[in-house]
Amino acid sequence: MGKTLFEKIWDRHIVKTIDSGLSVLYIDKHFIHEVTSPQAFSGLKQRGINVFRPKQIVATADHNVPTIHQELPIKEELSRLQVEALKKNCAEFGIELYGLGHPYQGIVHVIGPELGITQPGMTIVCGDSHTSTHGAFGAIAFGIGTSEVEMVMATQCLLQSKPKLMRINVEGPLNKGVVSKDIILYIISKISASGATGYFVEYAGSAIRNLSMEARMTICNMSIEMGARGGMIAPDETTFNYIKGRLFAPKDKAWDKKISYWSTLYSDTGAKFDKEIHINAADIGPMITYGTNPGMGISVTGHVPTLNEIAAKEKPSFEKSLQYMGLEPGINIKGQKVDYVFIGSCTNSRIEDLRMVASFVKGKKKANNVEVWVVPGSKQVEKQAIEEGIHKVFEEAGFNLRQPGCSACLGMNEDKIPAGKYCISTSNRNFEGRQGQNARTMLASPLTAAAAAITGEVTDVRELI
Amino acid sequence: MSKSINNIKSTAVPVNIENVDTDQIIPARFLKATTREGFGQNLFRDWRFNSNGQPKNDFILNNPTYHGKILVAAKNFGCGSSREHAAWAIKDYGFDVVVSSFFADIFRNNALNNFLLPVTVSESFLQKLFDAIKKNPGTEIEVNLEKQTIALLPSGEQEKFDINNYKKTCLLNGYDDIDYLLNIKNEIEKFETSIN
Ligand code: SF4
Repeated sequence: MGKTLFEKIWDRHIVKTIDSGLSVLYIDKHFIHEVTSPQAFSGLKQRGINVFRPKQIVATADHNVPTIHQELPIKEELSRLQVEALKKNCAEFGIELYGLGHPYQGIVHVIGPELGITQPGMTIVCGDSHTSTHGAFGAIAFGIGTSEVEMVMATQCLLQSKPKLMRINVEGPLNKGVVSKDIILYIISKISASGATGYFVEYAGSAIRNLSMEARMTICNMSIEMGARGGMIAPDETTFNYIKGRLFAPKDKAWDKKISYWSTLYSDTGAKFDKEIHINAADIGPMITYGTNPGMGISVTGHVPTLNEIAAKEKPSFEKSLQYMGLEPGINIKGQKVDYVFIGSCTNSRIEDLRMVASFVKGKKKANNVEVWVVPGSKQVEKQAIEEGIHKVFEEAGFNLRQPGCSACLGMNEDKIPAGKYCISTSNRNFEGRQGQNARTMLASPLTAAAAAITGEVTDVRELI
Repeated sequence: MSKSINNIKSTAVPVNIENVDTDQIIPARFLKATTREGFGQNLFRDWRFNSNGQPKNDFILNNPTYHGKILVAAKNFGCGSSREHAAWAIKDYGFDVVVSSFFADIFRNNALNNFLLPVTVSESFLQKLFDAIKKNPGTEIEVNLEKQTIALLPSGEQEKFDINNYKKTCLLNGYDDIDYLLNIKNEIEKFETSIN
């Protein structure tokens, strides 16, 4: 019987299997950041033990950092203390830190791939649910809690049970104005915010294979938004070409050896999945969310469901959600006014995202009623955007290009959406209060977000291209 | 943090809202601490308090009628962010057990690692719990980890729940995964040489 991509990697990383199916899983790479690591470091200190394999850990500061004047000390005291704690801990335990001011600093899920640290066949963890992003390279990558961060620091291993496996096949060419963010928002709207809980997902099919590496990362990134532990895509030429030449990519002979291994990483014909879903790319239009979980997505030309379209059991949470959003059931989402546009986060802050937005807004101006923040995912993305003149395009359009970090994705720094305001966001979560207390988030692709920035309302980007 | 769990008999607090994400359990702005303590005071912060810090009377945690060591929650509890702070906040507030028909994966692991017992029950049993508590907020629930049962008192109507055997032993005895993994470090080192 054939093996799945997941099983090929999983089996290779099992140190041993213990009671009732729990396995000791070896972890190749461990990313850490300032918010979920301090208690893990204190745990080690309390136990009086060291980090087992410091060279397999990479740290950055991203969640809490300001996105203007990063050269100045962080004003907010608790944020500053957390970032300082990371610095101290990394120095003490011998961990490489790409902290504030470092040319490689950025959102943890942006820098791993761009530095060539993320590679096919690896097991990768981070105290952050969007670690699933790295699965785009054909790696088993998933988010963990702080106790698990401590376990990996102490032993480079985790105790895990093997998840169920799901394959989602997306076939056919994409419609005009549709990008990878729309694919994943569409999938989540179909299977719901909990539809993949307990599963690890492999994305396959021609629509996925035709995506660039960065577009694939957007898809895997949001696997967690349907409850999946992680998402992955089999590596191919696109993957290899992306990795080649990056800072930590294997070189020369080592590269050839890796390529021959990486080329074996795909699901064999006949490999068994616990669940398989087929999606026709032709059915997908530009998407937007109207509610407070990522499963509440519709096409920009669609309407918010009417009460009749909602199952009786779901009605209370549906109504609570619309009340929070200040939207009526049944209304068309197009034309809904927008106050803020946030282009950023580990979902959509890479250079391709910025290029996509820049080529659309070139020569256009933002609407007067909107404030637009573009937050690059990393120092390297920022640098490249400036080299390519993208910053000029944004400046002329009235967009505010800021410095790298998680920013308004979770509003842990000053970048918060004010109460009651609507924000079209390229991030991944529209939970209540996610972008600020009582902020109203609508998730969309960078293109749809950019279109709203120009018109000041929810817009079908296809009418503008 | 109290280590080890066995039998818990208590009244319960029902939070009958589906898809409760960890941003609701503990909003990001409270994640700036570098220790594990004190998160309980901000549990469900924005549902419990207005922006001026006044308690919201319509939220169940502010209703003195409901209290206890058991949180009864609706489907897909703990989805979203991996923040373990969510489990810390629930435990720190005083809960030892969370009951739901469906937990998000990372949350369940985080709970187990903090001696907060996640009990998955059927949709119908969950409904029974909600109904019983609504009818009589003094209803007691008994959760027996050793026997893997959850029972509605006084009728004793019960359901069995699943838990991994290893995890159960850990919870009963107050061990954690790190203790286990540190003990097999030699095997891990051997494994490393075998893959390189
Ligand atoms: S950008 Fe948002 S989702 Fe991504 S790691 Fe940062 S906070 Fe998490």
